Amino acid sequence: MSGMLKNALGWMDDRFPLSKVWNEHLAEYYAPKNFNWMYYFGSLAMLVLVNQIITGIFLTIHYKPDAKLAFDSVEYIMRDVEWGWLIRYMHSTGASAFFVVVYLHMFRGLIYGSFKKPRELVWVFGMIIYVALMAEAFMGYLLPWGQMSYWGAQVIVSLFGAIPYVGEDLALWLRGDYVISDATLNRFFAFHVIAIPLVLVILVFMHIVALHAVGSNNPEGIEIKKHKDEKGIPLDGIPFHPYYSVKDLVGVAVFLFIFALIIFYMPEMGGYFLEHANFVPANPLKTPDHIAPVWYFTPFYAVLRAVPDKFLGVVAMGAAIVVLFLLPWLDRGVNKSIRYRGPVFKAAIVAFVISFVGLGYFGMQPVTPVGTFFSRFFSVIYFAFFLLMPFYSNIGQDEYVPERVDEK
Amino acid sequence: MKKFIIALFMLLSTQAFASSGSIHLEEANVDLSDQASLQRGAKYFVNYCLSCHSAKHLRYSRMAQDLAIPPELVAENLMFTGEKIFDSMTITMRPEDAVNWFGVNPPDLSLIARSRGSDWLYTYLKSFYIDDSRPFGVNNLLFPDVGMPHVLADLQGLQRAVYKDVEDSEGNVRSVIAGLEIAQAGRMNTVEYDQAMHDLVNFMTYMGEPAKLERESLGGKVLAFIFLMIVIFYFLKKEYWKDIH
Repeated sequence: MSGMLKNALGWMDDRFPLSKVWNEHLAEYYAPKNFNWMYYFGSLAMLVLVNQIITGIFLTIHYKPDAKLAFDSVEYIMRDVEWGWLIRYMHSTGASAFFVVVYLHMFRGLIYGSFKKPRELVWVFGMIIYVALMAEAFMGYLLPWGQMSYWGAQVIVSLFGAIPYVGEDLALWLRGDYVISDATLNRFFAFHVIAIPLVLVILVFMHIVALHAVGSNNPEGIEIKKHKDEKGIPLDGIPFHPYYSVKDLVGVAVFLFIFALIIFYMPEMGGYFLEHANFVPANPLKTPDHIAPVWYFTPFYAVLRAVPDKFLGVVAMGAAIVVLFLLPWLDRGVNKSIRYRGPVFKAAIVAFVISFVGLGYFGMQPVTPVGTFFSRFFSVIYFAFFLLMPFYSNIGQDEYVPERVDEK
Repeated sequence: MKKFIIALFMLLSTQAFASSGSIHLEEANVDLSDQASLQRGAKYFVNYCLSCHSAKHLRYSRMAQDLAIPPELVAENLMFTGEKIFDSMTITMRPEDAVNWFGVNPPDLSLIARSRGSDWLYTYLKSFYIDDSRPFGVNNLLFPDVGMPHVLADLQGLQRAVYKDVEDSEGNVRSVIAGLEIAQAGRMNTVEYDQAMHDLVNFMTYMGEPAKLERESLGGKVLAFIFLMIVIFYFLKKEYWKDIH
């Protein structure tokens, strides 16, 4: 490093712990050397967050949060703003990409036991991020002010009305009106562009600080901190930078390839990322034939519809999310990674994935007797997976778990 | 490559549109690279649609540029009510008059191809038939009891419904529409009319998203660049990791 730069860094370090932070979180943060491709999704989630914030800022410059102007201002962005269509598609595709990446990230944590002691708080912070993300996506979806924006919000907010005694007042308070209206659009805009993103960024910070305090898990579920050399460096660890920063670049490039493929050739993704009905301006007097939330909400929407009673349905939907928070305390297995878990646990994971995807599918479809049957069936499996976990999670685990990454 | 990608995604999105009528949708075979078709479509659109329906999100100037029509020709042939070239395609009919005359306010068509789908539009435009019980004497197979008259009747002529008897599960015989046939010829024969509707739907698809012309031609370059990134990063990673075992 040239002398002048070194001096500048020294000056900086005397006043702000720049080198210290750099080392603690990158150059001297030791990560297990055996990460596989499932470990790309954490850094990809950060990439998508940055994409959403930057494209969001540009959209905010041209968008009008006004019930009379909102729909037209989105079309103005699509047609008259230079590169507006690209920015808008990056944002709309980014919303779905965020959930794809986050679901895979959560699944990774689930199968390798990354939520288990001592990483319970990493999981809990991650879950709060997930809930905040759902709120962010839900409020953002109202902003284009299309038919599905409007009626989707109408349906979801009215769910709060099912809560006994306070429900109607709560829904009224959320909307700021008796129906979804200009007042709702304005406040959702405020929450979408500042309140929730701020919360998200703080939570991501806490998620990473907690992770770096306890260290990363890995596909073998080995605690690399158990075996250190004389300098206190984990024997199976490698510095995050440059090894994983360079490796993550490969993941980033592959992700961007798929991302660009969708943006340039299939931005609507056949109606899953941008719903067809949302190209019709919101009309409070005309309910669409079929109201379905965007795909990333549909597993929970299916749980809601599986229950015959509206209030109990809302409770079940809430419980389906709350139960995820409890995962670190429901799993009694000693071994972390699925590689050393018993056959019952492995089968349960498969059943869980099938039921989650199945719920997602039936949550998109109009109500049919067959759909309701399967929604109920999958809902039972979904809850059984979690609530029975204390009883089945320690059955038939492997006796022997390797101590070191290279052990065969 | 581009065609392959599109085909791949088409496979993934078979249930793209929920159909409103029960009849099978005919394929519009939209091709935005066919500029002559888009130009003919623009002519049909301004002549037959734009007096009742607006397309308020499309500017004449944008259309002139994208369809490679000289602005003077647009002004002469496609603009009728004294607009400026930078104006968007609005109409002078007032919504309250429209409700009086048609029962509904004809919707703005800027985004109709995105909300309904191109195949739906193509089928709709071909599905008018004589029905004396309706105010304008026509009905539509795809959109039953639609408020719109058959404005393209001078091109297509008028179709009449051909009925057939079917027996339902309870043994009752009902008469249902089996198909449509030309009852009164128009200026075009069936092949010509299909071609004209293809052009019109092609134009309306363009109108729903003018940026589509640009994004599909740009996409290949972006993907090629990112592919190069993948290759470079892959070898960079290999180089960095060669001492990790």
